[in-house]
Amino acid sequence: MTVTFPQKGLPWLLLLPQLLVTAIFFLWPAEQALEQAFYQEDAFGLSREFIGLENFAALFTDPLYYQSMLTTLVFSFSVAIVGMSLALLLAVMADRVIRGKLAYQTLLIWPYAVAPALAGVLWWILFDPSMGPIALWLKSAGVDWNHYLNGNQAMILVVIASTWKQISYNFLFFLAGLQAVPRSLIEAAAIDGASPFKRFWTIVFPLLSPTTFFLLVVNLVYAFFETFGVIDATTKGGPGQSTTTLVYKVFNDGFVGLDLGGSAAQSVVLMAIVGLMTVIQFRFIERKVQYS
Amino acid sequence: MIENRPWLTFASHATLLTGIALVALPVWMALVASTHPASAFGAGHIPLWFGDAGAETWGTVLFEKAGNGVDTPVWFMMLNSLIMALGITFGKIAISLLSAYAIVFFRFPFRNLCFWIIFMTLMLPVEVRIVPTYEVVANLDLLNSYTGLTLPLIASATATFLFRQCFLSIPGELVEAARMDGAGPWRFFFDILLPLSRTNIAALFVILFIYGWNQYLWPLLITTDDAYYTLVMSIKRMLSVTDGDIAWNQIMATTLLAMLPPVAVVIGMQKLFVKGLVDSEK
Amino acid sequence: MHNLKLASVVVGLSIASSGFAATEIEWWHAMGGANGEKVNEIAKAFNDSQDAYEVKPVYKGNYTETMTSAIAAFRAKQQPAIVQVFEVGTASMMAAKGAIYPVYKLMKDSGQAFDESAYLSAVTGYYSNSDGQMLSMPFNSSTPVLYYNKDLFKKAGISQAPKTWQDVESVSNKLLASGVSCGFTTAWQSWIQLENLSARHNVPFASLENGFGGLKTELKFNGPLQVAHVQKMGEWQKNGIFSYSGRTNDGAAKFYSQECAMFTESSAGYAGIKRNAKFDFGVAELPYWEGKVKQPSNTIIGGASLWVLQGHSKEEYKGVASFLSYLSKASVQADWHQFSGYLPITKAAYDLTKEQGFYKANPGTETGVIQMTTGTPTANTKGLRLGNFVQIRGVIDEALESVWSGDVDAQTALNTAVERGNAQLRKFEKAND
Repeated sequence: MTVTFPQKGLPWLLLLPQLLVTAIFFLWPAEQALEQAFYQEDAFGLSREFIGLENFAALFTDPLYYQSMLTTLVFSFSVAIVGMSLALLLAVMADRVIRGKLAYQTLLIWPYAVAPALAGVLWWILFDPSMGPIALWLKSAGVDWNHYLNGNQAMILVVIASTWKQISYNFLFFLAGLQAVPRSLIEAAAIDGASPFKRFWTIVFPLLSPTTFFLLVVNLVYAFFETFGVIDATTKGGPGQSTTTLVYKVFNDGFVGLDLGGSAAQSVVLMAIVGLMTVIQFRFIERKVQYS
Repeated sequence: MIENRPWLTFASHATLLTGIALVALPVWMALVASTHPASAFGAGHIPLWFGDAGAETWGTVLFEKAGNGVDTPVWFMMLNSLIMALGITFGKIAISLLSAYAIVFFRFPFRNLCFWIIFMTLMLPVEVRIVPTYEVVANLDLLNSYTGLTLPLIASATATFLFRQCFLSIPGELVEAARMDGAGPWRFFFDILLPLSRTNIAALFVILFIYGWNQYLWPLLITTDDAYYTLVMSIKRMLSVTDGDIAWNQIMATTLLAMLPPVAVVIGMQKLFVKGLVDSEK
Repeated sequence: MHNLKLASVVVGLSIASSGFAATEIEWWHAMGGANGEKVNEIAKAFNDSQDAYEVKPVYKGNYTETMTSAIAAFRAKQQPAIVQVFEVGTASMMAAKGAIYPVYKLMKDSGQAFDESAYLSAVTGYYSNSDGQMLSMPFNSSTPVLYYNKDLFKKAGISQAPKTWQDVESVSNKLLASGVSCGFTTAWQSWIQLENLSARHNVPFASLENGFGGLKTELKFNGPLQVAHVQKMGEWQKNGIFSYSGRTNDGAAKFYSQECAMFTESSAGYAGIKRNAKFDFGVAELPYWEGKVKQPSNTIIGGASLWVLQGHSKEEYKGVASFLSYLSKASVQADWHQFSGYLPITKAAYDLTKEQGFYKANPGTETGVIQMTTGTPTANTKGLRLGNFVQIRGVIDEALESVWSGDVDAQTALNTAVERGNAQLRKFEKAND
């Protein structure tokens, strides 16, 4: 890609709207958040004192912050793995069937459109220990379901509620990936007598690996940043802090707890993590584009 | 199909149908709950089959008011949600097309810097920087306005990034040919680039519409005038009742209504959506 | 015909907007549901009663959403004149001296007749400064009581409501034996099982008069009484006497479905319970530990009060003052109290409600009022004034959950909570001194 237009002023004009919006609604507030991280301030902004790195020191000496990092990792990978496995299973099945493919696809993709906050509410009700149909069913099956008390069950609940929406998206990609697998390869293997399962694991799955990797990144990013509405609607980070992810913690400390300095420091750390992830992802995608 | 194994086909259908049933479970429950009086929920056990209070609930919610504490009917808030979602969608697509165009097809000083500045916005959700963003919007006197609802959410690079990927894959010869024909940058943009990005635009339309429609924390913070209340936000409001009953039946009906437009968009545009998504990933 | 109607509406609107420009007063509140409707009704009644001012109530979501919205608005100089702030936000509001307009001062400045002694001291004490001057106007106050299922009690052969926690234990055992699956559950665990537990036994929750004495206050809720209580509840969680149902009042479902026979919850939960309980229920005072205190003290309040924010015109403040006076009128208060289940804030409203025979017609509604107004509030029962209280409650919730789940013993959990909570207090002290 080297062919370009020679104009010098025009590109600036084209970029202007986006740069303007970014500067005003992202950089300006982000800069304020950055500044805030070095100050101790009361909620109303009446008094303000420079405290250097104290907010960060408090953050990094707080064992709960590391726990929240761990929670975030467990949560994100659970969402990614559960969501992708189920979607892959459904996609493989949908790829096999001849009749009703589009109907199945239609009936599986709609949850993608549902607001995380609403999805959270619905699942929360289904799993409510004293009235939720699923919880009651689990109880009759001998599982003492109480996510208000049991941190692992709370984690399962947020993972289910977050995964639900994401299955649609994963399903679409896997299905497209499966349909791109050359039939001739599979037919050749079938003639060699390979069972459908063997064919899947030795031929199809390896061919899906770029899609799988792409989805892994997308799902992790989703679980990291876009599930705060789900957590807020289901467990509010509890019990204890067993479902408090990093982003939920920023929201909870800043928006609910009004600890602006502390939550700003967390935002800065998040930005750093994001920056790092972006660079890695960017390098990967850049290389992929160049090679293809 | 390579060979015919009836049991496998049967298993496939069975798995798919189970999957669909599981996925639809929450909506089924919402639908059933909306046909019972609110107290059915409070009383402890959620009914699994329809009741007879449905007509009343749906009538109230649609045409009178969505629920206690939210005095506007659902259709009115849908309108606001629609304006907000479409504002975000079109705004973002427009500015992203232009900026991706500038970054890919022009060479100018600080090009990379510009790209990185835009790129930085990619993954810091508005919830995380919400208080300072609120101050900025308030300083610009944009509280209680459609501009205030949409503009701050447009500042994200997802779309720019996708278009950049798409443009990068356009063969250089095409640009060369266009230039030989004497096509200026604008003609190239409208006659070649836009048609080529059609599926991407469609996919983004779906993604952004859903994103815009589903916002709740931002509208909750910046609106105090019910002329600007959006639907998802109002559901959150109806849910957070202090010392009182939650009107579950109305909330469930409103929730289902709030799902309809984005679901319709996804399903209606699924062909283009899938194609656009899958193409841009490649 | 239709067009004519429309035209008259348009004309009407333009008159309304140009002719009499009543001074508009924004009131941000957190009252959803039926109470929210009532708030609108109250504002409308005030607006109809005069035409100089127009109070515009705006529902801003739950308590934290309302408070954070108001603070964000203040930072951007877009604040409403009146905002409803929950009791845990009191210290934050008080400390923001440049942001609030103390109610006693507002009333004086705008020449409104204002007699602080007309209010119930158990309510206003929470919102007054050390000189006894009211900084905010109590609006919706409540106090925890015990609701019990009379039907289940009868079935288990129990004739009396439990008075003490010892009673709760023995009654629960009888209930469990009769086939009920849980003795009691609680709403708002920190408020009821720690803050009010301490007040009821006249034990400090925090030093310096529970924080009323200054920002240097330190948490004290890891004392023997609290530890014993929490330890006991941990045991009860194991043997079924107690069943944890979350940090807010979601436990109501367990009470409605008759899974749990007793429920400690805010007095303001009365209306909801009355609507949803398909059984006969009674209201008893919050239990206390026999032997730990001779005469149980008054409980402390929860709920919210109305704060007036700085930055508005004199004219607006005059309107605010007259609205607050209107709110305190016995008839308005009595109506609000009877409708919502919140406590009356003036003696006159209490007397009026009695006169109207409301308590007789609705047995149990007076329990909270009586319990809260017994005796004179002491330093331990006036209320709590702690900075960053929202976070401290979060810390306490986490600690209690760790005891209920059996992970940690009560002493360790409460020690940790005190330590983490004190860190929040020091942070608040540093930001606000």
